[in-house]
Amino acid sequence: MNKFDTTLPDAEVLLKTLAQKLKPLLQPNTALVGIHSGGVWLMHKLLVLLEDSITANAIEHGTLDVSFYRDDYAQRGLKAENRPSQIPFDVDNKHIILVDDVFYTGRTTRAAMNELFDYGRPASITLVALVNRCGRELPIAPQIVAAEIPLDAEQNLQLIQHANGTLGLELINKPF
Amino acid sequence: MNNPQLDKDGRLRHLLSIEGLPKNILNQILDTAESFVGVAEREVKKVPLLRGKTVCNLFFENSTRTRTTFEIAAKRLSADVISLNVSTSSQSKGETILDTVDNLIAMHADMFVVRHSQSGAAHFIAKHVPDHIHVINAGDGRHSHPTQGLLDVFTIRKYKPDLHNLRVAIVGDVLHSRVARSEIHALTTLGVPEVRVIAPKTLLPAHVEKLGVQVFHDMKEGLKDVDVVMMLRLQNERMNGAMLPSAQEYFKTYGLTQEKLSLAKPDAIVLHPGPMNRGVEIDSSVADGAQSVILPQVTYGIAIRMAVMAILAGGQGNSSHGGQA
Repeated sequence: MNKFDTTLPDAEVLLKTLAQKLKPLLQPNTALVGIHSGGVWLMHKLLVLLEDSITANAIEHGTLDVSFYRDDYAQRGLKAENRPSQIPFDVDNKHIILVDDVFYTGRTTRAAMNELFDYGRPASITLVALVNRCGRELPIAPQIVAAEIPLDAEQNLQLIQHANGTLGLELINKPF
Repeated sequence: MNNPQLDKDGRLRHLLSIEGLPKNILNQILDTAESFVGVAEREVKKVPLLRGKTVCNLFFENSTRTRTTFEIAAKRLSADVISLNVSTSSQSKGETILDTVDNLIAMHADMFVVRHSQSGAAHFIAKHVPDHIHVINAGDGRHSHPTQGLLDVFTIRKYKPDLHNLRVAIVGDVLHSRVARSEIHALTTLGVPEVRVIAPKTLLPAHVEKLGVQVFHDMKEGLKDVDVVMMLRLQNERMNGAMLPSAQEYFKTYGLTQEKLSLAKPDAIVLHPGPMNRGVEIDSSVADGAQSVILPQVTYGIAIRMAVMAILAGGQGNSSHGGQA
């Protein structure tokens, strides 16, 4: 996709693509972990979509708010709103599928991995993102994405949840 | 009006008293504490937020519980902690408070947690320190004990989430209590519609009703249909003066027994900031009973103190909050 093309794909269609790509990865000891906020919405929708596959029967899942692990805390401080992380299962020896909405620099993933390891020692972590907006700053990349949309630093791509529960992508050009 | 607790962008810079803190900041502290409660239940009870920071507990007055919970809170945020019992060190050799503080700043302290018997001590230090250093009041004289007030409200919110429909009674020595003042400010700011104080006239400050509370002198009237009973500690040293007849007499009239508690709502909760005088302000059967949330208060106190430190220490830069990954 062209850098300045602003026609965005339908998030609900991307979601189905993501679910298809995820299915072969599911094992009996797989657990899904969504990163707040968009990753959590995605995770809940993925759980529904994956329900019909045999192994997905009651997939263990949890949520992470990585506020306490972010590397920009010293500059930015804590966000006004943060939510408790909830990992209601034993992380040890689990194959964790980490779900994020938009992958950018990799810093959120790093924070999420650090937090996960404070719960236990997972067998593996797989990173899944709806969109890779390209621009990573760390040797971290998602293994599974539904779309790649290269964007400029001035652009901000967000996953939003509409009033009727459906997901959409929104592109905001930051003012100079 | 100049509020020394907030920076020019309205963010929390020091925590000195609940008075003067806007509702959004109180809610930010309570919501952040909610996230920290879970951290203590994990395999690794630490988060890296204050890694490399040094927190100095400056206790000019003894308080084992408050000092310990601040120390645990700072350590769970990965800070280095120094606890100084100043009453037994330099102060006794004649050093002034500000000299003690300056020496610790020269050792690159980042945050001070201050407990002092004089009202205003924490304000005094906060006015003196450079911009990048934060001060938390851990109790000053009769004035304020903001983290205790916050943890009490946090505990109430945990058990009774709808603060807008609560009747709360604060019982005991309101006159000498910094805790009561902080509690009243927090409860009224967060929209609790009815706060009562129950105490003998001798233990109530003049014009206490100006704080927005209803005054009762009789336990039976005051406890009727309340959702929350907040007991205050009766300080033993008050017992000998003209203010009170005797501990036994006080217990008879103002001590919380099962019988008196039965006047409150059946699901009412009982709080006490500790340390308790069993058989003076509270009966053991109540303190250890099903309606007591006194030990959860201690647990939540750590989460509240972690939240306050984490909010204070972050954001030295000037960029806005949020961001994307």
